[in-house]
Amino acid sequence: MIDTKTTILHQEQIAPQIFRLRLLSPRIAREARPGQFVHLRIREGTDPLLRRPFSIHRVNRERGEVQVLYQVVGQGTRLLSRKPVGERLDVLGPLGHRFEVSEEGGGVLLVAGGIGIAPLVFLCEDLLRGHAVTALIGARSRDGILCHDSLRSGGVTVHIATDDGSLGHRGLVTDLLNAQLEAGREAVYACGPVAMLRTVSALCRAHRISCQISLESRMACGLGACLGCAVKVRSSVPPGYEYKRVCKEGPVFDAEEVIFDENLLSGH
Amino acid sequence: MNTAPLENVPLDLSIEIGSLHLKNPVLAASGTFGYGREFAKVMDLSRLGGIVTKAITLEPRLGNPTPRIVETASGMLNSIGLANVGVAAFARDKMPFLRSCGTAVIVNVAGRSMDEYVEVVRRLSDCPGIHALEINISCPNVQEGGLAFGADPKVAAAVIGAVRSVTRLPVIAKLTPNVTDIVRIAEAVQEAGADAVSLINTLVGMAIDVVRRRPELGGVTGGLSGPAIKPVALAMVWKAAQAVRIPVIGMGGIMNAGDALEFMLAGAVAVQVGTANFVDPTSTIRIVEGLEDTLRERGMGSVKEIIGALEV
Repeated sequence: MIDTKTTILHQEQIAPQIFRLRLLSPRIAREARPGQFVHLRIREGTDPLLRRPFSIHRVNRERGEVQVLYQVVGQGTRLLSRKPVGERLDVLGPLGHRFEVSEEGGGVLLVAGGIGIAPLVFLCEDLLRGHAVTALIGARSRDGILCHDSLRSGGVTVHIATDDGSLGHRGLVTDLLNAQLEAGREAVYACGPVAMLRTVSALCRAHRISCQISLESRMACGLGACLGCAVKVRSSVPPGYEYKRVCKEGPVFDAEEVIFDENLLSGH
Repeated sequence: MNTAPLENVPLDLSIEIGSLHLKNPVLAASGTFGYGREFAKVMDLSRLGGIVTKAITLEPRLGNPTPRIVETASGMLNSIGLANVGVAAFARDKMPFLRSCGTAVIVNVAGRSMDEYVEVVRRLSDCPGIHALEINISCPNVQEGGLAFGADPKVAAAVIGAVRSVTRLPVIAKLTPNVTDIVRIAEAVQEAGADAVSLINTLVGMAIDVVRRRPELGGVTGGLSGPAIKPVALAMVWKAAQAVRIPVIGMGGIMNAGDALEFMLAGAVAVQVGTANFVDPTSTIRIVEGLEDTLRERGMGSVKEIIGALEV
């Protein structure tokens, strides 16, 4: 039986509706790989009932710490944001399938929309060991642009886009993508709104560049049992599609396999 | 009542459902526990009374459009749509692990037609290591079959009678609460040869995203489960237990041993734990331990002393 109890070491608000949570869990810190997630039980009791999945933002293996960067979007995350230091939280993890990183040291591109930056920072630590990393970060306005300073100081080339033009390019982060892809990249890693991921996937396909995306989904068990977090993917056998589990085969998928239909766009 | 702890009294949690012997009355409910393997990492499966598998159909099924779940007040709606690997792959790929778990294996069976139920049961009856079958005549999330077979006493009896005639395994009929009177269905399947009934499956429900004016579920409606439905389930279990001679297996929003005790007092010989597995994957084990503690605290030797002990 694995111990699932962790302690909140620190929690701070770093932007409007955005919080950074540090948890003490030496086991998760040791085992976690970029792209994986933790499944948090926000509180005892029945409302909210289900756990909430959060991608792992960073780990500190020496200190046994796991960081989660999250946005308050509903009741569960609102309750989480009010948790005091020292409180115990029940956490399942690390769960799910990681980002694959090639050994060849080519240039790679990260594309983040809003809170989608969270898992890409952890990934960056792996990538920077052998790759030149460029990050395209987008948000509605400058308040929503996260982690750009720490990425820059880590050696990442960062380009920013905001819908309102308050920082960087005025427009969508995907506006910046073509120029980057034309320069040639070994791989693209993306996380953010489904509409953004759809555009990133289409452009990568057009440029024949491999692309991995991290998907969100409503989730119940997190262990692969309930099939509640299913996402539709292409299949070579009739009817031409099947479902995979975001919690098990995902949350990281090859962009080529994901079917960006109305259900996926509306479900997130 | 003796409230002193009696550490040395041997506790008997075992129960019988026809020829099915369970080491304790706590089962993992169908659809919430996969094929067992998913939970082996976080718990010792041999401590369970039994595992009820995800519903098995003749052919593999992909399941319903997404999104498939949404949380509601103290509960959740699901519209999974009986996604499963099909009976052949189940017997070949999933049974070897289940057989090794050291607990009773109860396979949930679903179908679009009477013939499909019969054929799946026939094939499972040839597969070693299965202790009982739960016939799912109550799934609210499929177009054909499912709930339709469980909503009419005559049709329910016909399905149960048909599968009864092709298997020696204990047959448990899983009933839907989406009926006018669940007792009539329970009585009908008893007459048709069911060894037990299990209830309740989920209640049909719906949630709407008001901004987008769209249903929250890809399947539009879904099945409501979790603590929200427990009082409804408890009343139905109590009524059914009064009306039928065969054992009643109770479920619906059981989160802890106290909830399980309520169902057993109402007449359930065993309980199934479903949605709680999503909240805490070790819920079933905690409930077994809680039942043991209760027996010890009350100085009772057997869990059977609790069953139907409600005083009205």
